[in-house]
Amino acid sequence: MTEFLTTAVGLILAMLGLGLVSILRGPADADRMMAAQLIGTAGIAVLLLIGTVTGVPAAVDVALILALLATFASIAFVKKGLSRLETDGAGPGEDR
Amino acid sequence: MSVARDIITVAAVPAGVFFFFAGTVGLLRFPDTLTRLHALSKADNLGLGFVVLGLLPQTGGLRDGLKLISIWMFVLLAGATVSQLIARAARQSGSGR
Repeated sequence: MTEFLTTAVGLILAMLGLGLVSILRGPADADRMMAAQLIGTAGIAVLLLIGTVTGVPAAVDVALILALLATFASIAFVKKGLSRLETDGAGPGEDR
Repeated sequence: MSVARDIITVAAVPAGVFFFFAGTVGLLRFPDTLTRLHALSKADNLGLGFVVLGLLPQTGGLRDGLKLISIWMFVLLAGATVSQLIARAARQSGSGR
C-alpha cells in the first residue's frame, strides 16, 4: 500500500509540473490564477497522501494551511482586478 | 477487513489522480477562460474528493477521518466561491470569450 500511495504522489506531482507550464503560457491573468489554484489543490492532495504514507499527522495540518493560503491568494487576485476596474472609471463593484 | 479497506483505497486514489490529470490537460488544452475554469473545478472537487475518499480507510481514527473530510469541505466551499469570483473578473476584463 505504501508503494501504491507513493506512486500516486509521483503522478500528482507530475500534474503539478504540467500546471507550472500552464502558468507560464496562460494567455490571461485569470488563467494563471486558475493554474495556481490547481497547483494549490494538487499540493493539498500530495500532502494528505504523504501524511498517510509516512505516518506524520502534521502534514494534514500543513495541507489545511495550504488550502487557506490558496483561497486567500485567489481572493486577493480578484480584489486587485476589481479595484483596478474601479480606478479606470468602470464604476464601483456591485457588492463588496 | 483490511483487504476491504485496501480495495477502497486502490479504487479511489487512481480515480482522484485521473481527475487531476483531466483538470491539468483541460487547463492546457481548452480554448477559452470559462471552459478552463470548468476543467479546473472538476480537478478541485472530484480529484481531491476521491483522494480523500481513498485515504479515509487508512486513517487511524475518527478524528483523523473527520479532519480529512473537513479539509475537503473547505476546498469545496472555497473553490465554488473563487470560481464565481474569477469568472466575474474574467468577464469584466473582457477575456471571457
